Parts: sequence; structure tokens; C-alpha cells
Amino acid sequence: MASTDTTKDVLRDAASVEAGLDALEAGVVGRTPFRQTLVDKILPPVVAVVVVLVLWQALISFKIVDDPTKLPSPGDVGDEFKQAWLEGKLLGYIWTSVSRGLLGFLFALAIGTPLGLLVARVKFVRAAIGPVLSGLQSLPSVAWVPPAVIWLGLDNRMMYAVILLGAVPSIANGLVSGIDQVPPLFLRAGRTMGATGLKGAWHIVLPAALPGYLAGLKQGWAFSWRSLMAAEIIASSPDLGVGLGALLENGRNASSMSMVFEAIFLILFVGIAIDLLIFSPLERWVLRSRGLLVKS
Amino acid sequence: MATTFVKAAESVEQAARIEHVSKSFPGPGGQQLVLDDISLDVAPGEFVTLLGASGCGKSTLLNLVAGLDQPSAGSISTDGRPALMFQEHALFPWLTAGKNIELALKLGGVARGERRGRAEELLELVRLQGSYGKRVHELSGGMRQRVAMARALAQDSRLLLMDEPFAALDAITRDLLHDELTRIWAETGLSVLFVTHNVREAVRLAQRVVLLSSRPGRVAREWRVDIPQPRRIEDAPVAELSLEITEVLRGEIRRHGQH
Repeated sequence: MASTDTTKDVLRDAASVEAGLDALEAGVVGRTPFRQTLVDKILPPVVAVVVVLVLWQALISFKIVDDPTKLPSPGDVGDEFKQAWLEGKLLGYIWTSVSRGLLGFLFALAIGTPLGLLVARVKFVRAAIGPVLSGLQSLPSVAWVPPAVIWLGLDNRMMYAVILLGAVPSIANGLVSGIDQVPPLFLRAGRTMGATGLKGAWHIVLPAALPGYLAGLKQGWAFSWRSLMAAEIIASSPDLGVGLGALLENGRNASSMSMVFEAIFLILFVGIAIDLLIFSPLERWVLRSRGLLVKS
Repeated sequence: MATTFVKAAESVEQAARIEHVSKSFPGPGGQQLVLDDISLDVAPGEFVTLLGASGCGKSTLLNLVAGLDQPSAGSISTDGRPALMFQEHALFPWLTAGKNIELALKLGGVARGERRGRAEELLELVRLQGSYGKRVHELSGGMRQRVAMARALAQDSRLLLMDEPFAALDAITRDLLHDELTRIWAETGLSVLFVTHNVREAVRLAQRVVLLSSRPGRVAREWRVDIPQPRRIEDAPVAELSLEITEVLRGEIRRHGQH
């Protein structure tokens, strides 16, 4: 009788100590207040942009650069934007390029993902094309424009071909390195639970490889966008419509520096916007949910 | 020559039967013998600890029993597929605590509708009710090992293999998890094969302590532990037996220094 009581005491004791220990050791996670996000994240880039604009205006105002064909004033570039907006062409320029870029990226995704899986999982395929795939990443995709024009002619197919050649290696390589970095412990844990073969790939390998894959997607988008701009600048034809690259080229032909600046700003803006709106949130969400994003 | 997972329905007398198992790995001067002719049975509901210094192949033996590797000679049969717990928690960071358990249930063929409830029950068993939606990184080391234990229990195996599961924890947490494991073992009637290099831990937990010699691993000696549970690691009888086993263990280790 006495021993049963002691047993119960010991167990009750363990439970309460454990609860206390859990409370002590579990981290306290709170949300950052909006004010702090504003000061830490939004204010600095805004200040940087303002400083650049002020310096730029100063160069013009103090006549340090006094040649509008070399450096137009911020106001002139602003007028260029306004005019394109009023003519209803601004969104057209952006949409022509963005739709091409995103569609090309989706194609690259559809090809790069299975390719990456093959390279990561099949030894022969890896030995055969793995090195080429990594090497292709260092080949500037603008090099593909001349052959693409010759093979496919001046049309959208050629644009997509250049995007694919630029983005597929990044996406495939991202997936390969993601899979390579899956801790063997996860695979063993999966196997003891019966996750082998396809089940193992679906429940263990792919989710574990997701951060690397996402990094590859992000880089793949950057490469898609760059390839596309190169293609649009080099290959202009009335049939292709005016995208941002063609706008830049038109500005050069018309010796309109404001139009050139307009095009450059738009290219930069779209690249940043897509990253900020799609890839960064996706990446942050994945990393944060796994506790891999350390708050500074 | 192989590990066989016998179905529970065929009714085996032993939870695990290891018969004349040897294992060698290719090494720098030919084949290196890691395990040499090991025979060991674990009875249903029995708690056995495998004790040994480094190089005794205790983790290798556990991998063989888990079916993660094949023995070079001999045979192993277990009552169904055993569950395995590692030194690291091995929880999947892309899933919450509850979903980790549910994945084990799903792979074990539990119907979708029953998984949530069963996962909550298992969390309650390891005293983590309310942690269903917690991410792995939000849990402390001890809590992670308890979720890992719940996940192992979710496999509904008759045999639980544990590979130094508490070695990376601090002493306070480890003591508590010893209490928890003893309680869960008593409640579930599982058979446990627990690997450790910690003599007191082995004596604190087990009904039977099996000492392996090193390089190659052989069964050196066995002790029955008749101290009633719940034990504490500080209890005098635990300390006394630990001392005796430590002496034998040291003798085994000393042999390797005499060349």
C-alpha cells in the first residue's frame, strides 16, 4: 500500500516538474509590432532612394552634368513615365515583358523540376549531365540569343527558348542541392516508419529539399528575367510588340536618354517587385515555419 | 541471413529474436568484424538495455534489428516492424508536432478520420497535450524527444528500439524522461531494447542489462535487475549494481589497452 502511494507521488512529482521545465525551456515567440517593421525594414530603403534622387537632382541643378542627352533630370524621366501612362502604354510595356517572363518561368519550372529530380536520384544521369548543368549556370544566357534567332526566327518562341536555357539549370541545380542536403537521419527515420520508394520521396525527400528548391526558383526567376531582357534588347521586331527591353532599345535609337532611364527603372522595378511579392514571402514562410529564419 | 518482420498474427514467443548474428564492414585491412555471433532474445513486454563502450557495435545491432541494414550472418526476427528512436529527435521540421505523429499513423495505414484523435491521445500520453500545433523549433529538447517518443508509439509496434535517445539531454530532463519512459512502458506493455553507454541509465531503466564487449561486439555478461520500479538513478541499489557493472565494463575496456 505504502509503495503504491510512493509510486503515485513520484509520478505526480515528475509531471509537475516536467510542466515547469517545459515552461522554462520553450521559447517565447511574439510578433514584431508594425511600428518596428516600419523603422527597421521600410524606412532604410526609402531613405536610400530619396538620397539617390537628391544627389541626382543636385548634379543637374548645380550644372555638374549639363547635358540632357547624357543625364536627364529626374523631372524629365518622371515626365516620360507620365506621358507613357497618359498614352495608356506604360502597363502594356510592363505586361508584354512580365507575361513573357512568367510564362517562360513556368515552362522552365515544368522542365527543371523533373530534370533536377532525375539528376539527384539517378546516378548515371548525374554523372552524365550534372557537371554540364552546373556549368551552364555560368554561361551568360545572352549567348543563346543569336542561335535562338537563327533556329526559331524573330518570334516569341525564340524568347521562351532563351528564358528556358537561362532558368532551367538554376531550377534543376537548386533541387539537386536541396535533395543532396537532406539529412540522412530524416531518411532513416522515414524508412523505419515505412516511407520507402515513392512514399519516401513524397513524404520525406521533397519536403526536406524544399528550402534548396525555393532558392533555385528564386535564382531561376532572376535568370529568366535577365535572359528575357537580353533577348528583347537584341531581337526587336514589330511582330514582337514593345516590351521593356524593346523600349530601352527604342530609347537608344531615338537618342532619348529619358526613355532609356524609364526602361531601366521599369526593368529594375519589375525584377524587385516579383521577388518581393512572390519569392521572398514564399522563402521566408518556409524558413520561418522550420525555425531556420533567425530574427536579428 | 536476413531480418524478417514476422506479422503479429503468426504469434512469436519473442518480441525480438537475434540468433548468431555477425556483421562486418569493409575497412582498411579487409573486412572489419563489428558484431561477432550475438544471440539475444527480448521477451514480450520486457525492457532490455544494451550496454557497451564505444566500438561495441550496439548501434549497428539496433540498425540490424530495425531492418535498416542486413546482418552478414545469422538471423533476426521481430514481432512486426519495430519502431526506432534516435539520439537526435529526427522530427520533421516542416510538420507540426501533431502532424509528425500523424505521418507515422498515415504510413502505418490508420484511416484519415482517426489520425487526429489518435495523435492527441499520444501527445497526452507523453504529457504534451496542447502542443499539437507547435513547430519542432518551438519545443525544448526534452519536449522534442517526447514528441519523438509519441511518434514512435504511433507506429503501433510491439517492439520499441531506442538508440541512446536521452544522451543529448541535460541531467534534469533526462531524469524526468526516465520516469516518463518507465511509466509509458508499464502502461503500454511494449517490449523495449534500449542502447546506452551510461551504466546508471541502463540499471535505472531495465529488467535486464546486457553488456557487450568491444571490437568485435560480443555478449560479455548479463544482469537481471530486480529492483522494483519506480527507481531513481540515485537509489542505493541502483548505484550498487551500477558499480558492479562498471567494474566489469572497465575490465573489458582495459583489455584493449594491453597490446
